[in-house]
Amino acid sequence: MRWGGFLRRLGAIITKEVRQLGRDRLTFAMMFGVPIMQLLLFGYAIDTDPHRLPTAVVAADQSQITRTILSALANTGYMRFTHQPNSEAEANELLQSGEVQFVVTIPSDFTRRLVRGERAQILIDADATDPMAAANPLAAAKPAIEQALARDLVGPLSGLRSAADSVDVVLQRRYNPEGKSNLNVVPGLLAVILTQTMVMMTALAVTRERERGTMENLLAMPVRPLEVMIGKITPYIAIGAVQVTVILLVSWLLFGVGVQGSFTLFCLGTALFITANLAIGFTISTVTQNQLQAMQASVFLLLPSILLSGFMFPFRGMPVWAQWIGEVLPATHFMRIVRGLMLKGAGFGSISAEMVALVAILVVVSTLAISRYKVTLD
Amino acid sequence: MTLAIDVHDLVKRYGPRTVVDHVNLAVEQGRICGFLGPNGSGKTTTLRMICGLLTPDGGGGTCLGHDLVREREAIKRQTGYMTQRFGLYEDLTIRENLEFVGRVYGLDRLRQRVDASLERLELTTRQHQLAGALSGGWKQRLALAACVLHEPRLLLLDEPTAGVDPKARRAFWDEIHAYAAQGITVLVSTHYMDEAERCHEIAYIAYGELMARGTAEDIIKASGLIAFVASGPGADRLAVRLRDAPGVTAAAAFGTALHVCGPDREALLKAIEPYRADPAIKWEEAEPTLEDVFIHLMGKARDNALDQ
Repeated sequence: MRWGGFLRRLGAIITKEVRQLGRDRLTFAMMFGVPIMQLLLFGYAIDTDPHRLPTAVVAADQSQITRTILSALANTGYMRFTHQPNSEAEANELLQSGEVQFVVTIPSDFTRRLVRGERAQILIDADATDPMAAANPLAAAKPAIEQALARDLVGPLSGLRSAADSVDVVLQRRYNPEGKSNLNVVPGLLAVILTQTMVMMTALAVTRERERGTMENLLAMPVRPLEVMIGKITPYIAIGAVQVTVILLVSWLLFGVGVQGSFTLFCLGTALFITANLAIGFTISTVTQNQLQAMQASVFLLLPSILLSGFMFPFRGMPVWAQWIGEVLPATHFMRIVRGLMLKGAGFGSISAEMVALVAILVVVSTLAISRYKVTLD
Repeated sequence: MTLAIDVHDLVKRYGPRTVVDHVNLAVEQGRICGFLGPNGSGKTTTLRMICGLLTPDGGGGTCLGHDLVREREAIKRQTGYMTQRFGLYEDLTIRENLEFVGRVYGLDRLRQRVDASLERLELTTRQHQLAGALSGGWKQRLALAACVLHEPRLLLLDEPTAGVDPKARRAFWDEIHAYAAQGITVLVSTHYMDEAERCHEIAYIAYGELMARGTAEDIIKASGLIAFVASGPGADRLAVRLRDAPGVTAAAAFGTALHVCGPDREALLKAIEPYRADPAIKWEEAEPTLEDVFIHLMGKARDNALDQ
């Protein structure tokens, strides 16, 4: 009898919980949405050994041998020749803006030196801000070149085989010569921490008003939607600024990572990013009914911001669809800006496209937020 | 005669449900109009339409001489709306709440106004306490003070005294009368009959339809209801038996006494006939109460709703 009572009361509570859960549609959707999203992202999207990375070739010397070398590099599967800049300066710009991952430079006297039996150099510069994306391709480059030369130098060229040994492949890990991953992680963390706190805080701030019933009172007073939005967001911009300062200070003290590029640009990019996140948070709050839902929706945004922005895994290692999702997230663009400024010492030219992307996201999201926010309770 | 509220044919629909159905309402300036009706009858929705929080699906009119739909902002500036649920910030102090409201309305002499308001509330000594720490009655008085801080010409109060003890309710109503004496028009929704009787006039709404309008006396007279009171041992127990008898609108026990009413004298007399034989119970004809009338109106409204 005692057991019967226990089970009956337990059953009553379970039934009630299940019913309440079923009524909260958004929570229910999240419960399925989050694991499915994670599975898809981790299962399909993430390739820690990315191939076909965009590469620029500066070939000042073109001969049978250089063609052999280039096709050997392409055959490793890691490089895809996308750009043929005319000068080294142009190639550097491509590397700095992140348009290419590698620059292969063949000096003008390469073949001549090789034929003469002198040491001939090939230079491969890699964008090593993300050491994971650079490691394997660089490791594969040298053996591939040597093998190809050994195989292709036949017939009249066979005399050069011994010369093949004197090909010197010089690898340069730019921006992060020691391949330290924490150099790469700091800018990424900045983006992730800001996304997390900024989006969540604003989403909660507005939803709280609705949940506590103060929104009705606020709406009955003569305030405009834009005033509410800007007024709600502004204090959090200051909080974001404090967070950025703390992260920068700690990363400088502990890892020696500082801002190499323009500090003004850094502040501008950060301000844009924070504002975009706050606008997203505000938009979330116009859709969700209570604080729990707002919290879940924020997590729903945070996950791809961690996984698809290039923070956790090389951006180019993701399939195209995942890259497209990544491009829509402000964290992706901010991360590129911060990596450019902190590690590469990039100028405005190299990061302007990312800045424009952030502005575009901000405009779209703000418009959405204001159109969703209602002056009435309709 | 100046009308503070003059709305006609107000309609609000949510999906297939008509929550407010062609409601007309006119309230003279400086009057206290009690807004009564069962739960879910459309009182809150009507109040929200009047103060511009909801857009009517049909009808319109003016509020303080401003168009209900087109001049929403002007109405908001001169109206104080007190929500059913405490609408101020529990995590701000009493003073901070009043200051916030004052700033939103862009009031001058903010400090003085807030001081005066606190004085009037007798909360000066507690001004730095969190609003959330106040008891129910005090919260309502604070909310009212916040509503009138910008000196509105119209007050819309949505069940301001629900769950408040009688003493605090009386204090609240004294304040409402004081504001009315200053020329402020008040539209207040309530479920309490004693509060309804403190209003200058009453509007009764049921199932989205305005059923009665006028002073308490007018409404009772217009209802045409007949009522009897039975007293004596066991009279109250007759309520259960009489409730469903033909000709009886309502039969309710009040302490040991029984109160029966119906629209038709003959039918009512016939219904109580079997119980009049008991010499221990004394039957007397009485004035129907406002409550009798409202319960009767509610039944009538339901019949109307079913007819459609």
